[in-house]
Amino acid sequence: MSDVSFVRTEMLPEQDPPGSEVGVIGWLRHNLFSSWINGILTVLSLFAIYFVLSGILPWVFQSVWNGGSLTECREIMTATWGQTHGHACWGVINERWLQLLFGFYPSDLYGRPILSLVLLLVAMTPILFNMISRRMNWFLLVLAFFVTAVLMDASIFVWILRAGFAGATLVIGYQLVTLSGADRAEQIAQGAKRLPNPLMFTAIYPFLMPWLMWGGTIWPAICTAFGFVIGYLVLRFGRAYMSELLTMIAAVAAAVIWWLVLSGYVSSALSSVLPIGIEAVQSRQFGGFMLAILLGVVAIGCSLPIGVVLALGRQSDLVVVKFLCVGFIEFIRGVPLITLLFVASLLLNIFMPPGTNFDIILRVMIMMTLFSAAYMAEVIRGGLAALPRGQYEGADSLGLDYWQAQRLIIMPQALKVSIPGIVSTFIGIFKDTTLVSIIGLFDVIGLASAIRADTSWNGIYWELFAFIAFLFFIVCFSMSRYSMYLERKLQTGHR
Amino acid sequence: MTILTDPPKESFRLSMLLYDTRYRSATIQAIAMIAFMLLAAWLINNAITNLNTLGKPMSFGFLGDTAGYDINQRLLDYDSQDSHLRAALIGLLNTLVVAVLGCITATIVGVFVGVMRLSNNWLIARIMTVYVETFRNVPVLLWIILAMAILIETLPMPRAFKGDTPTATMDLFNTVAVTNRGVYIPEPLFSRSLGDIHFLGDMALRFDVSMDLIAFLVVLGLSIFGMRKVIARANTIQEETGDRPKTWHVLLGLLFGPSIVLMIVLGFHLGYPELKGFNFRGGIHMRNSLIALWLALSLYTAAFIAEIVRAGILAISTGQSEAASALGLRPNRTMRLVILPQALRVIIPPMISNYLNLTKNSSLAIAVGYMDITGTLGGITMNQTGRELEGVMLLMLVYLAISLSISGLMNWYNNSVKLVER
Amino acid sequence: MKKTVLLGALTVAGLAAGAAAAGTLDDVKARGTLNCGVTTGLVGFAAPDADGVWGGFDVSMCRAVAAAVLGDSSAVEFVPTTGKTRFTALASGEIDMLARNTTWTFSRDVDLKFTFVGINYYDGQGFMVPKELGVSSATELDGATVCIQTGTTTELNLADFFRSNNISYEPVPIETNAEGQQQYLAGACDVYTTDASGLAATRATFEAPGDHVLLPEIISKEPLGPLVRHGDNEWGDVVRWTLNALVTAEELGVTSANIGEMSAGTNNPEINRLLGTEGTLGAMLGLDADWAKNAIMSGGNYGEIFAMNIGEETPIGLARGLNAQWTNGGLIYSPPFR
Repeated sequence: MSDVSFVRTEMLPEQDPPGSEVGVIGWLRHNLFSSWINGILTVLSLFAIYFVLSGILPWVFQSVWNGGSLTECREIMTATWGQTHGHACWGVINERWLQLLFGFYPSDLYGRPILSLVLLLVAMTPILFNMISRRMNWFLLVLAFFVTAVLMDASIFVWILRAGFAGATLVIGYQLVTLSGADRAEQIAQGAKRLPNPLMFTAIYPFLMPWLMWGGTIWPAICTAFGFVIGYLVLRFGRAYMSELLTMIAAVAAAVIWWLVLSGYVSSALSSVLPIGIEAVQSRQFGGFMLAILLGVVAIGCSLPIGVVLALGRQSDLVVVKFLCVGFIEFIRGVPLITLLFVASLLLNIFMPPGTNFDIILRVMIMMTLFSAAYMAEVIRGGLAALPRGQYEGADSLGLDYWQAQRLIIMPQALKVSIPGIVSTFIGIFKDTTLVSIIGLFDVIGLASAIRADTSWNGIYWELFAFIAFLFFIVCFSMSRYSMYLERKLQTGHR
Repeated sequence: MTILTDPPKESFRLSMLLYDTRYRSATIQAIAMIAFMLLAAWLINNAITNLNTLGKPMSFGFLGDTAGYDINQRLLDYDSQDSHLRAALIGLLNTLVVAVLGCITATIVGVFVGVMRLSNNWLIARIMTVYVETFRNVPVLLWIILAMAILIETLPMPRAFKGDTPTATMDLFNTVAVTNRGVYIPEPLFSRSLGDIHFLGDMALRFDVSMDLIAFLVVLGLSIFGMRKVIARANTIQEETGDRPKTWHVLLGLLFGPSIVLMIVLGFHLGYPELKGFNFRGGIHMRNSLIALWLALSLYTAAFIAEIVRAGILAISTGQSEAASALGLRPNRTMRLVILPQALRVIIPPMISNYLNLTKNSSLAIAVGYMDITGTLGGITMNQTGRELEGVMLLMLVYLAISLSISGLMNWYNNSVKLVER
Repeated sequence: MKKTVLLGALTVAGLAAGAAAAGTLDDVKARGTLNCGVTTGLVGFAAPDADGVWGGFDVSMCRAVAAAVLGDSSAVEFVPTTGKTRFTALASGEIDMLARNTTWTFSRDVDLKFTFVGINYYDGQGFMVPKELGVSSATELDGATVCIQTGTTTELNLADFFRSNNISYEPVPIETNAEGQQQYLAGACDVYTTDASGLAATRATFEAPGDHVLLPEIISKEPLGPLVRHGDNEWGDVVRWTLNALVTAEELGVTSANIGEMSAGTNNPEINRLLGTEGTLGAMLGLDADWAKNAIMSGGNYGEIFAMNIGEETPIGLARGLNAQWTNGGLIYSPPFR
């Protein structure tokens, strides 16, 4: 055998990839011009982007920021560019943006809607960010209240807060002086363990927000919330004496009696004895973007429990209950929201006892709550359906009864799975709040019409709607992104 | 041996309604039923009392009164002397028109965008993402208003077509006029028309059916029947001999031939829009309000459908297509036989709810003055007659009926493509 | 106070079920504010400014009533209503009075059960067209596209007008005046029709008002006025005579400027009766003696309100025309205060 070898014996050194495959060019080739069709599409898209941007950008940026009326804007435009077309007049936003955000809410009380928004975020953190520790959550809450106490105008509420913080500072200062470092660390650790569940604040929030927005004395809100406490207490301690079902009926009856008969007297009595409260604001002054947030939050917050009940009812074996729930859900989902708003604005008073008259925002809230409850029920039903059968059987084998199984096993899992659906329902409801402009409420779109009825802004159009679209986009986009993130995070456990 | 005896028969006690599981569910249901009936009775009683106080007891008599207003887009004949019921019917048809048009366009755009979002062209995928996010995250009411504004502001007015040096001209060889009052397209006309048949005489629900249309449908049906026969024969021949006879020219002839003959017999010609006086006359006028509503609704809904389609395609694991090619299926067959049937099962249920949403959102037509049923029955009629309760009830019933039929239809289709589980 | 199922929520809202039977006047006094229905926005007639303070011709009427009843012209809650919701809001007691360019018609009075207390603006439906169309009469509008504001009597008048003249038209219904203006300016309709006052007000805000003409035809009578519920005559009287007081004040030369010296007493007994220095007219209405004085001081007399909100000095620039005092050849006429 000759020692001629046709096989290369030494390794070739690694070569760099060809220049056309790496860097900017490589990226372009792979992602934009991978085939000739793709190339054409890319060029067409670039052209489309240029076309859209060349129309919009000059309009947005070559614009008038400080015209006091449309006529003034036009004068400035003519003076600057020689023509009035193709330039935005942001003067209207400059003048009215606070109104678009807060409606007619008294400007010295803007702190209250802002505070309720901040508290809303705090209230949602335990649900949305389960990686945040309890201590962090309470810290956020205290921080929010601290900022309030520092920044807000003096009212009894703020003075109580300030007094609370002053006391806390004193106690901490005293401990700083008296205790050694190790003891202090020990105490903090002990305290952190004893911190209550932050969900408590989430439960309080639906009562806190209306009170913050509407103002008035604090007692009606507390008394309304107390009805739930009564119901819970009866449920908790009634079991020892009665059967499960009887206890439940008794709890509901006690709460209803409290709300119908007693709470009114108790709250008015307390209000006259201890008038703790903040300045009352008429709901007619609500409007703008704040109204959309208020309606959205109230509708989702109130519809969640109703939705749970409806979803359970829909899956129930009890024919009548199932029939009622299915009927309700399908009815609400079958009609457009606008007809329900017509009911709120035109008919709801007709169905109430003669002489009843309650305010339009409240009526809209009721109808929006019913509306979102039906959608919520379907979302939660989806969550229930996603649970493996074994969970129900496991609960049965542990000897849990229906309600215990729901409370301890089924609902925590089903609700967790449903969170993305709940968030997207919320986005939907939030966008749908713009429909209230059709029944004459001053949400952002309603306000836009009202602004255009002002002599100085009559005839303005695009600027207002661009601003409104921008507001909605920011809020809805961040929510939908968050919901996607949540979906990815929650997916791991349930594949 | 053990003797099984029946447990001692308990006499029925009242407490068994609560403690005995056999009776408990009945108790709960009875309570629920009674509570519901009480609530309903309370509401109805309140309504009757209040309506009597207001002096307008419930009555649907107003539907027979003269409406007194005009409707611009009417698929059936209508004038201001017709009744409110007739006006409501015209509105209902308008709702259905925009809903059907919207659903079709939304599906096409949605599927296109959904597929394009998965494109390997980075730019295209990004543009589609921007489209989806922009449309999803801004309220549909705003889109409707904006669509209308864009149509009004950017398109030329009919006046611009006039004069010696018009600033705007008609498109497509002078057959289509695009104006800011709508689009005028040529309409089919028949010089030897078979005429219409009138149904229901002079009643509010009267309608005409064009005999030409019926003739066309009959001919088309016959053509399709003939085509199926030809295909069936070709199949038999293929099974017997292994050779498939060429059929495409026969099929084409069968599809178009009879229809073309019929058109010639009926004297088919196109009626072109012409500028006369203030407006274009002749042709089919698709009004701005319809186009704006249609565009906004379909683009808005398409953004949701795109996401559904994308999710549906992504839900099919790559193993499926790999397995299909391992079996030797060609790519188009893989798509038709493996991927699509599975993806459709994921796609269809959320698609149904989007069609429903689109139909319900069409009630926002009042924002652009499109006379749908919310604009006629729930708008002008309610304003003129002051019968809010009856009006809103009818409106809800109509929408409920539409929604239930759509979801019924789509559920039936969904069931037919559902995987049969064994 | 009546307790209802919704009490929990109602008290949170700071609202309560009031007994409507008690008489609107007593309700308003007990509440301390007047709930007044206005439009959601109509140039010159009602619109909120940047601070959320409502102003306009209709709004001044609300303020005058509030001043007469409560002595405070700012004690008004303005309830924006749409064409659809206005009558329900009034019938259900959500608002105490409606001051929203509403036409007094037979069926609204008799069938819908409202009481129009008077007429504060005589209007009529007119047409506006661009000058370049060369149209000089509404009868030349055959085949035109017409923008109409829905929810009013306008569309019925329009249908009747074109029907009786046997000419065709293409109606474009629109929700608000602002949208109508936009469509008209862009040429999406040839003609804009609404109340002549609205047309003039709209035209005044155009970039080039001179390019548009109002056609001579006024095809309807649109007497606009405030209205209240049927069956509450005391309240109806209060609103009616507040309106009359404003009108009479103009007739007698009582203005917000000279009302201070006038109320010290004049030698015209009718002025004295009006301003409460003589007689007991206020007490008869169940109000203070200086009710009319308060009403006039809130925004001036009828002529001042007109001039300030929609008159020729404002951008809207409406002439008094039919709305001049009867002494000046107009139709504004108040029964005597006696």
